[in-house]
This record gives sequence, C-alpha cells and structure tokens, in this order.
Amino acid sequence: MNEFELFPEAASSFAGELDLLYWFLTAVSVIFTVGIGVALLYLGIRYRRKSDDDPPPEEIHGSNLLEIVWSVIPLILAFVMFFWGAHLFFKMRIVPEDAMEILVTGKQWMWKLQHPNGKREINDLHIPLGQPIKCTMTSEDVIHSFYVPEFRVKQDVLPGRYTQLWFTPTKIGVYHLFCAEFCGTEHSRMGGKVYVMTPSEYESWLEGGSDASLSPVESGEQLFTSLGCATCHHDQKTSQGPDLAGVFGSMQPLDTGEKILADEDYMRNSILDPQSQVVQGYGKIMPSFKGMVTEVQISHLIAYLKSIGGSEETESTDEEKPESPESASLIDVVDPGTTGQRYVRMER
Amino acid sequence: MSAPGVEANEVAPGERRVHYLNWATTVKSWLLTLDHKRVCILYLCTITFYFLVGGVAATLFRIELMTPQGDFLSAEIYNKMFTMHGVAMIFFFLVPSIPATLGNFLIPLMIGAKDVAFPRLNLATWYIFTAGSLFALFAIINGGVDTGWTFYTPYSSTYANGHVIAATFGVFVAGFASILTGLNFIVTVHKMRAPGMTWFRLPLFIWAQYATSIIMVLGTPVIAITMVLIMVERGLGVGIFDPALGGDPVLFQHLFWFYSHPAVYIMILPGFGVISEVIACFCRKRVFGYEFIAFSSLAIAIIGFFVWGHHLFVSSQSVYAGLIFSFLTFFVGVPTAIKIFNWTATLYKGSVSFATPMLYALGFIGLFTVGGLTGLYLSTLAIDIHLHDTYFVVAHFHYVMVGGMVLAFMCGLHFWWPKITGRMYPQMTAKFASVVVFIGFNLTFFPQFIVGYLGMPRRYYEYPEQWQLLQLLSTAGASVLGFGFLMVLCYLPYSLVFGKKAGPNPWQAKGLEWEETTSPPSAHNFEKDPVVTEEAYAYTEGARNV
Repeated sequence: MNEFELFPEAASSFAGELDLLYWFLTAVSVIFTVGIGVALLYLGIRYRRKSDDDPPPEEIHGSNLLEIVWSVIPLILAFVMFFWGAHLFFKMRIVPEDAMEILVTGKQWMWKLQHPNGKREINDLHIPLGQPIKCTMTSEDVIHSFYVPEFRVKQDVLPGRYTQLWFTPTKIGVYHLFCAEFCGTEHSRMGGKVYVMTPSEYESWLEGGSDASLSPVESGEQLFTSLGCATCHHDQKTSQGPDLAGVFGSMQPLDTGEKILADEDYMRNSILDPQSQVVQGYGKIMPSFKGMVTEVQISHLIAYLKSIGGSEETESTDEEKPESPESASLIDVVDPGTTGQRYVRMER
Repeated sequence: MSAPGVEANEVAPGERRVHYLNWATTVKSWLLTLDHKRVCILYLCTITFYFLVGGVAATLFRIELMTPQGDFLSAEIYNKMFTMHGVAMIFFFLVPSIPATLGNFLIPLMIGAKDVAFPRLNLATWYIFTAGSLFALFAIINGGVDTGWTFYTPYSSTYANGHVIAATFGVFVAGFASILTGLNFIVTVHKMRAPGMTWFRLPLFIWAQYATSIIMVLGTPVIAITMVLIMVERGLGVGIFDPALGGDPVLFQHLFWFYSHPAVYIMILPGFGVISEVIACFCRKRVFGYEFIAFSSLAIAIIGFFVWGHHLFVSSQSVYAGLIFSFLTFFVGVPTAIKIFNWTATLYKGSVSFATPMLYALGFIGLFTVGGLTGLYLSTLAIDIHLHDTYFVVAHFHYVMVGGMVLAFMCGLHFWWPKITGRMYPQMTAKFASVVVFIGFNLTFFPQFIVGYLGMPRRYYEYPEQWQLLQLLSTAGASVLGFGFLMVLCYLPYSLVFGKKAGPNPWQAKGLEWEETTSPPSAHNFEKDPVVTEEAYAYTEGARNV
C-alpha cells in the first residue's frame, strides 16, 4: 500500500478548472446534506413523542411560499452548475489548431498509439510537456474508453468510426492510462502509462532505439512488456495467446494440422506476420508488429524468449519429460533451414 | 376513528381467526391463488431469493477487491459475478421489489377494494416473472454471462462468450411481468376506488405506485425490443449494433437507457411512496405539501423519459445532444429536492416517534440526499467526463438504489409487516439492525466516491496498489452491511412464529388498511365495504371532513 491520497494529481490544463467546479459541487452538496441531517435530528428530537397519550399535533397543510422558495433555490443552483459545466465541456471539445495528433487504436486488450513521425507504442504514451495533444481514436473490435484521470479526460473509442479528445499536459510525470468501458475478460489490464517529458527529452526519445547498456535478454524483456505482449501471452487460462515460457525449442501444433518447431525463424515470422502460422486452439487475432520493432529489437525479443524457455522447462517438466540434455542445446547448433525435420528425426 | 369492521371480526381468545393466510393451506391454494395478498407473498419469497443471489455475487467480488492483484477470482469469474449481481439485483430484485410486493398487497387495501382489477393477470405476472428470471439465472450460472447488466454492444452481441442470448431472453420475458403489473395497477387505481376515495384523498403511496406504473407500461417494451435486437444480431448475424455487420454500436445505448434510466424511477418512486406513509404515521401528521409530493412523482415519471442521454456524454454523442440532456437532467433534480424538503418539514411540530420503520425512513432521507446530490456531479457535463464509468458512478447509484430503494423497501416491510403477517418483530433487535445497515452502507460506499474521483474505473478486478486502502474499507463495510441484512433475515421469519400478535393497528396509523381491516386481513380484505369521508393522514381533528 502506498501513501494515501484523496485527490488525483492535476496534470493537464483542464484539471485545475475541473477541480474548482468539483469543489463548488462538493460545497453545495455538503451544505445541503448537513442542513437536511441537522434539520432531521433537531426536529426529530425537539418534537419527539414523549408518551403515546400525547395529543395529536396541530395540523399544518403546507406552505406555497416555502414550496416556491425551495424549488427556486435548487433551480438557480442547478442552472449555475449546468452553465459552468457546459462552458468547460465546450472547451474540452474544441480542439486547438496546433495540437499534435496521436493516432490511437484500441483492441482487446491493448492500446496501440502512433506518433506524428510514425513511431509506434503499445500501452504507453510518451508526450512532450506543454504541447496540446489530440488523440484520434478508433477500435478494432468492441467499445473501449481512453481515460487518463490525471488529465481529467475520457472518451469512448468506437469500432467503425473515429472519436477525438485533446489535452495539454502541464506537469512532468508518469500517469495512468486506463480503459474505462468494460471490454471483456482482461478489461482491467487494458492500460499502461502516460509519460510526460520535457520537449527535448521527447525529441531524443523519438530518435532513440533500445538502451545500449542493456543485455539483449534484458532489452528483450523490456520490449516484451512495453509492446504489451504479456497482455495476451501469459500463463492464466484467460490468455488470448499461448504462454511463451518454454515454447522456444519445442514442437508446436498449428491450426493446419502440421507441427512446427518454434525456432528463431518461426518466432520472427510470428511477430511480423502472426496470422500465417497460428498455434492450434488460438484465434487469428494477433496484430502484426511490422514497423513497430526493428530487426535488432526482434533479435532481443527472441533472446528473451529463449531465456524464459530454459528456466521454466527445468522447473515444471522435469518429472513428466526427462529430456535428454542435448535436445535444448541442439537447436542452437543446427542449420536454421532444416531444423524442423532434423528435430523430428531426433524425437523418433 | 374506531373501526366497526375490525371489532366485528374479533374472535374469542383461543379460537383461531380465519384470514387470508390460513383459510386454505394447500400448495394448490397458493399456486392458484387469485388473492393479491398471496401474490404479494409469492413475490416476496422470489425477490428475497434474488436478493440473496445478488448478495452472494457481491460478497465474492468484494473479497476479490481486497487486494490489487487478481488472486481470489479469475478475471472471467469476476466479470460473471458483477454481471450476476447487476442482473439479479436490478431486474429481479429492485424493479419488482416494492410494486410487486407492497404494491400488490396495499393498493387494493388502501383504496378500499377487494382485489386488483385483474386478479388472474396478477397471478400470471408472478409465473412470467419467475419463469423468465429462473431462465436467466440458469443461463448465468450454467454458461456464464460477462457483459455486465448493461449488455453493451458490440461486446454482448458479437464478442462475448457465454449465454448472452439466454440471459437476455430471460430479461425479455420477465419484462412482461412489469408491463402487466403496471397495467393492472393503473386500471385498479382508476376503477376500483371505494366511494369517497377521491384522487386527492389517495395515500401518497398510491400516487407513487401510479406514477411507477405509467413508466412500467411505457418504458419496459423498449428494453424488451432491445433485448430481442441483441438476440437477433447474436443469433442470426443480422447487423444492428456491430459496425462490422453494418450496425451502430451507440444505437444500443440509446435504446437501453431509454428504458433503464426511467427504470431508475421505477425503482425509486415506490420508495418515495413508502417514505411518505411512514413519515406521516410516525409524526402523527399529514405530510407537508401533499399535492407537491403527489405531483412531483408524476413530474419525475415524465421528465425521467427525456434524460437518458446523460449516460452517453462520452460515448460520441454530439456536443449539443449532451447539452440538452444535461439541462433536462437538472430539471429532474428539482422535484426530487421538493420531496426531501417536504418530508423534513413534516417533522416540524409533529409528534415524532423513532420506531423501526421511522429509523429506516430517516436513513433513507439522509442517504437519498447524498445519492441525489452526487447525481448533480454526473449531470454536470465537464465533471461527468472525468467521473463517467468510475467508482464515483458506482457509489452514486448505490446511494440511490441501496441507500434509497433498499432502505425504503426495508422501511415499508417493517411498517406493514404486522399487517401482512399479523405478528410484530422484536423492536430493539430491529432498531439495532437498522443502525448496522446504515453504518455498513456508508462504510461500503462512501470510500467509492473518493476512489472514483481518483480515477479508478469500474469493473476492474485488478487495480493500482495505491487504492487498496479505500477498497479494503469498502469490503469491510460490505461485511457490516451484509451482517445487518442477515439479522433482518433472521428476526423476521422468527417473528412469524414467536412474534407477539400485532393487532389491527399497532402504529395507530391512518388509512383503510389499518383502520378498516384486521391483521392479517381476511381473504376479501374488508368485512364491510369502506366509505371514505376524510383526507389521507387525518391524524388531527381539524383535518377531517375537509
């Protein structure tokens, strides 16, 4: 449990104005609630029945004056709230000309985002401080909703049409990105982080590739997380795709009935053209990551997948499948072109 | 003020008095009954069952939400649980709760009639309701439905796994029970009033039921059609809502909320009626501003049909449509505020007694005030953008639905329990339980306002760690709330056997059901046809014969 908070951070140009209106509403609510509560308690105790023989109270039918007063006062307050809220709402809906456009695509269960220069991200969004940002959004399947509480913005993302929202980030930091519209099993995992950085940091982030100081496995692990692979490839039965631990180097049955060895080529092909060779029992739903990852990054990803293969295998399958120790290392030495057949031969 | 009919019906001690509960005791006499009072009992058993079903689902997901990780339930089960909770509580508990139980029992008694206008139809609604709801429940338990009670498309119509068609069919069937009950009540109120029972002598409970019935008859067919459209798209692949098939996903939301927003008033208006009766009785005073309360019910029923778009502020609805719906929504707030003020003013110079029903009524006013005021946040366009689909919304509608409607139901049940069963429940235990419910409720749902403004979306089974404390408080509160309800569930059945005999009018209340018949009433309600010569709530001399 982290530190306790009562209020979300205010990190966009709307947040302050919206919070002010929120405080106004809260003040009105507290005044009315306390007023009613105190009136009920006071009147209840002041006029409580002392005994059942108390004479019936005097008749009061009502008062038209009072009815008018307590209809008009709430009506006036309601008008204030309405106009104030509508005024701010219009501001939130009129997108400024100089806004930088981010293309957003929602799908079960990830956000795909693309920057003006073509750079893509999944579930994370890096944006420069002080720059109005316009998100143009659509969905590939069901209705999602793009929500960043710290910016106080939210907009449903619909299949078959585009919706927009905009904001200007005003504070450096890392904020939540949520899907707010229920979209299926992993709805609560459909989200990530929004990174607000200084414009110069943003520029270098746009230029930059992977961090040179990391090993291929570490860098691959980072990519695996940042590209959202783990959203579908995990070990629970709700997963949309196969769990990838231990897959590298094993035989995988395809939906065509064939079996294929999960080697480097298969892995690369599955990242760039995922629908061509789908493992049996899974749908053709994985998007292509073509253009989102460089060749270097693909090799890092594969390095990572190899690394999770080794450890899982020794832990979980020792008893059932006493593998010959050379079977795992075999793949590393065989010629990529003929791996499949040779592996099958080995099995027999 | 004395009731000749009642005295004539008294029997010597030791002798068993014949009334609607014991004149025949066979199963057949219950299942084929045409007596509106027995239909009330049938409904009461059925909706109690659904309250428990919804409660069990809530218990499970509240346990899950104690930790930020998804460790107790899987995502799939969690989604099915909140769907089951919503469907059971809204369609099968809250919508029929007061109209089908207390409404059925009291409308004929309050207006001096022997039964509702169409007794056979009345029984038929129970069969329709039971069949539809069991079918839906079976589908939900057996295959599971994970769409939420809102069935948003295209998720529900194309993408969701599970028995969506069966569940929506169950809701579709159960809807007919609502339509026919509403129809029956409207005709009953128009045609069956006793001589002298003019419109402005009607108890406010009848006004509220009448307004509710109008919404049931006009609104329910729309949800029925909507459910059919989902079935057609899902079953036959006809493109209605899914853009991949050429449909419009937002169309569903319009159709759904065209019913489901007025349905909020189906749920809450009868509660208003109960509160008016109880406040009058325990202040021994006519309700302040009777006409304003009566007409505000009708105003809410009518305006309630024009505000559905406030559920769609972020759904891509046009800015101008949002503007109009926001404006109209604020108008609903005003008649609601009028009711709150009038009830409070009734206490002034009254003779206030804090019996169990009165405690529930006061709790209702407090919690409903909070529920209503937080509704203003959500009707304010800019604020709704931030709060839409967060826990703030969850907290808001639970303040209205549980703090409002469930408390009003409890209030009415405790008020008329001696009339329905002839027995009185233990007062101190009941008062204690009402306080437990009040505290548990606030502990459960108040933290959700905070976590909602912090930005936690609803229907999340995993969430960021910094919100655990608030979710934990909520779960703790839910266990207190559950304990309160369990107490009620124990002492009310207990009172059936061990409770002391209530007598015809234990609260010295005004009204035909108290003054002109026994507790429990005889099978034909009144020994002598009642004639009404005074206003409702004529607790003081001056008010009579006005």
